Amino acid sequence: MLHSLYIINKAGGLIYLKNYTDGIATLSSNEYLVLAGTFHSIHVITSKLSPVPGSSGIEVLEADLFKMFCIQTPTGTKFLLVTDPLQSNVDAIMRKIYETYADYVMKNPFYTPEMPIRADLFDLNLNKIVKQINS
Amino acid sequence: MQGTPITTKASFPTTSTAAAARAKQTGDDIWRNRTDKINAELFALTYGSLVATLVKDYEDYAEVNTQLDKMGYNIGVRLIEEFLAKSSLPKCGTFVETADVISKIGFKMFLGITPTITNWSADTKEFSIIIDENPLSEFVELPDDALLPPPASTGGSAATGLWYSNILCGVLRGALEMVLLQVDVFFVSDVLRHDDATEIRVRLVRILDEDVPASDE
Repeated sequence: MLHSLYIINKAGGLIYLKNYTDGIATLSSNEYLVLAGTFHSIHVITSKLSPVPGSSGIEVLEADLFKMFCIQTPTGTKFLLVTDPLQSNVDAIMRKIYETYADYVMKNPFYTPEMPIRADLFDLNLNKIVKQINS
Repeated sequence: MQGTPITTKASFPTTSTAAAARAKQTGDDIWRNRTDKINAELFALTYGSLVATLVKDYEDYAEVNTQLDKMGYNIGVRLIEEFLAKSSLPKCGTFVETADVISKIGFKMFLGITPTITNWSADTKEFSIIIDENPLSEFVELPDDALLPPPASTGGSAATGLWYSNILCGVLRGALEMVLLQVDVFFVSDVLRHDDATEIRVRLVRILDEDVPASDE
């Protein structure tokens, strides 16, 4: 079960947010922005704390009722996926999401990189991916 | 590296053969199975009319080169995501590896060609890409005045004439900048200008700082 998807640009700004399940707690849009910025900083700190040089930052956050997965692409964009704790195969899902992003966000000539994403085709294709998993 | 001047192929740095073979495999695989293809003539003609329009509009080859580079840059910063999403490559360890990946996976994935990487500088910060078969310029013959530097307009050395495929330089520059490599990319020679080979030179300027400070505007 996928709960939410966040996309954070390389400066720590939240550029996309979607909740997919009913009944999960939501925050105000301002709180989401703060959350994204904070996570971005934590990500930097975790990679700095690493005893092994050149490590990535935080990748998974586990709690009793949810898990949060984070991948950072080599360009600095972060994809955060909040799932229920039993969700498997998250890597493959992340990859699909990233490919969808490359297709319908980055290849849209009228999208300005690093800016909030408003693209119906992207929403549509993400929904397809999510539906397969959540139904 | 030995201190000998770079004259023979043997002294060029290369990635280990295993890694090189893997890159080739990945590139071939993506090209064969995961790339939507379009008609090569449509592609070549579209690019041709783009360049021709620019030449008409600007009436200055140096400016056209600049515009092509700019367009390429804007393509590059977007295309890199596609490249990373499809290839899911880990970070390159060295610039030598980067060059290998550009040729065997990057060029293969988007243009279906695998250009040769050669002419490394001694500090491995500069290399050349030799394109044997350039799909952009298949039907092109440059007009005579595009071959020659415009007379005395730019005061000598900066005059260039038209680099027909200059968009490629921009693409490389844009894409590499997004993965934190600041590079200079420029054409050295082009068979369209009756040179022996089509050669693009890539020079690593610096590796950008990874931790962009969070919003300091």
